[in-house]
Amino acid sequence: MPQQVFKRPRTLSDKPTHFCPGCTHGTAHRLVAEAIDHFGVQEKTIGVACVGCAVFMYDYFNVDVIEAPHGRAPAVATGVKRARPDRIVFTYQGDGDLAAIGTSEIIHTANRGENITVVFVNNTVYGMTGGQMAPTTMLGQQTTTTPYGRDFRTDGYPIRMAEMLATLEGVAYSARVSLHNAKAVLNAKKAIRKAFEMQVNEMGFSLVEVLSACHTNWRVSPLEGQKKVEEEMIPYFPLGVFKERTGKDFL
Amino acid sequence: MKESQLVKGNVALAEAAIQAGCRYYFGYPITPQNDIPEYLSEHLPKQSGVFIQAESEIASINMVMGAAATGARAMTSSSGPGISLMQEAMSYMAGSEIPCLVVNVMRCGPGLGGISPTQGDYFQATRGGGHGDYYNIVLAPASVQEMFDLTMKAFDLADKYRNPAMILADAILGQMKEPAILEPREPVRTSAKPWAITGAADRKPQYLKTLYLSDGEQEAHNLELMRKYDVIRDKEVLCEAKNLEGAELLVVAFGTASRIVKTAMNMAREEGIRIGLIRPITLFPFPSKAILEASEQIPKVLVVEMNTGQMLIDVQVSAHKSAGIFFYGRPGGGVPTPEEVLVEIKRSLHATAGIQASKNSVG
Ligand SMILES: Cc1ncc(C[n+]2csc(CCOP(=O)(O)OP(=O)(O)O)c2C)c(N)n1
Repeated sequence: MPQQVFKRPRTLSDKPTHFCPGCTHGTAHRLVAEAIDHFGVQEKTIGVACVGCAVFMYDYFNVDVIEAPHGRAPAVATGVKRARPDRIVFTYQGDGDLAAIGTSEIIHTANRGENITVVFVNNTVYGMTGGQMAPTTMLGQQTTTTPYGRDFRTDGYPIRMAEMLATLEGVAYSARVSLHNAKAVLNAKKAIRKAFEMQVNEMGFSLVEVLSACHTNWRVSPLEGQKKVEEEMIPYFPLGVFKERTGKDFL
Repeated sequence: MKESQLVKGNVALAEAAIQAGCRYYFGYPITPQNDIPEYLSEHLPKQSGVFIQAESEIASINMVMGAAATGARAMTSSSGPGISLMQEAMSYMAGSEIPCLVVNVMRCGPGLGGISPTQGDYFQATRGGGHGDYYNIVLAPASVQEMFDLTMKAFDLADKYRNPAMILADAILGQMKEPAILEPREPVRTSAKPWAITGAADRKPQYLKTLYLSDGEQEAHNLELMRKYDVIRDKEVLCEAKNLEGAELLVVAFGTASRIVKTAMNMAREEGIRIGLIRPITLFPFPSKAILEASEQIPKVLVVEMNTGQMLIDVQVSAHKSAGIFFYGRPGGGVPTPEEVLVEIKRSLHATAGIQASKNSVG
């Protein structure tokens, strides 16, 4: 008997994505869906969509979804989770959404230790609006609003969110992963699963920062994009687990 | 039936929220409404409710959105600058048809403004306040009893129409104590909310969203909302009409201003001047029909507000074309005295001109 060894996660719809060919948002979506399947929580999961390329989350995940204003997904997720503590609640946010306009909400949601999971896609640009500078844009990187390259004297430095959030007591898990090759994807899968596990076990706030290429706005081919992630992003945004709480060791 | 008790307006409002079944409050401190979060932080936990002091009004209203999206009754309260910060999310809630209660105990503006009583946020409240083509349901209490009653009503209307509802009060209504009966007039109804986001257990996944990109989709959605607002305009108008029969002058005032007008009306009656009053209780929907009908009979209309003339515009739009319309307002924390209003009543009665809005504020 032939055995099926690979299939689409139940939580992922079969709708063709609107993402650019080669974009790793799709991969990240799949890993999230696999984690939800793994814990068997599809029926009780509620997704909070951000404003950015991932706004159409309800098209791709077979779960209930509410769309939040730009940057406010963690606050919306707080409201959802407090009203339905037995549900699994996650946000999926870009770097403009989470690390610029929504900085206040992510910090305070993390600091309150809200028992939610945040998937944070760092592609160094504002993808949806045409590739403008993000807080995570690399120094020297050209974007549509840094035509001469990001200069720390005018634009400051790329912000490392996973490390910063790991300093907060409310955070149970904070990690950074990448999707630039198969090995990286497997590691990312583990981290995303871990982040959901934290929520299932009621350990508090969990976040996975996912380094992602935006080759369309970077004006490179998909393969060159993955190379750039490996050679330029990872040295500045190191992969790893910055915090992992092992018990409900609240202060 | 419960005894009447001497209670602060803000407290009556907060108690009404609990009795209406609201178990989720999210807010950020600002005067003159702090009694509301203070009361709820004490009493919600006793009801297994949730009180969060959020990091900002932006976060507060978005938490309200999340809780309300699951079908729960949820609310926030604030004033002036805080309400301004909430407008984006209120627009999202109107767009994705998520009911909630937002309380604005108004303070002065523009800017930080003072905390004295004012009605300067009428436009913001009744014109939607945020971006896009939408309305909030707006209720304007004029007593501590109404702070209670209209809060209960606001939750019902919000749920019924899946729309944000707002209580528009001011520092006098929030801070003063009056006797009030803190008991629902009718049993509290809670309706099923099949649209709520609760997890797709026995049904297909569903979502609440505001982004419509396909051809004509957004327009269809806006027209759908428009039809809903038309039903609200048709069915939910509330206003108090007093002494309209045989009146020489119709005064239109809401909230605290209407109380001052009532004192001035009594003073006028003693001088043999007959004044009628229409007090809009719902500001959206606005009692346009009542004003049209009254102003067909009563040729002169005086609008009294604690601002520079905001509801005035709605009265001008609603009143009969033959009516002469006059205005008296004091903005920025200036509270008109009954004597001042009486002077304006007489001035309007003696004026010969047609439509005029004489912005005689501080005399
Ligand atoms: C209040 C507000 N400001 C600006 C925008 C416009 N806007 C839409 S998406 C976006 C940036 C998205 O970038 P990012 O969060 O990095 O996600 P990506 O699209 O790259 O996945 C912006 C600025 C908006 N929708 N709302």
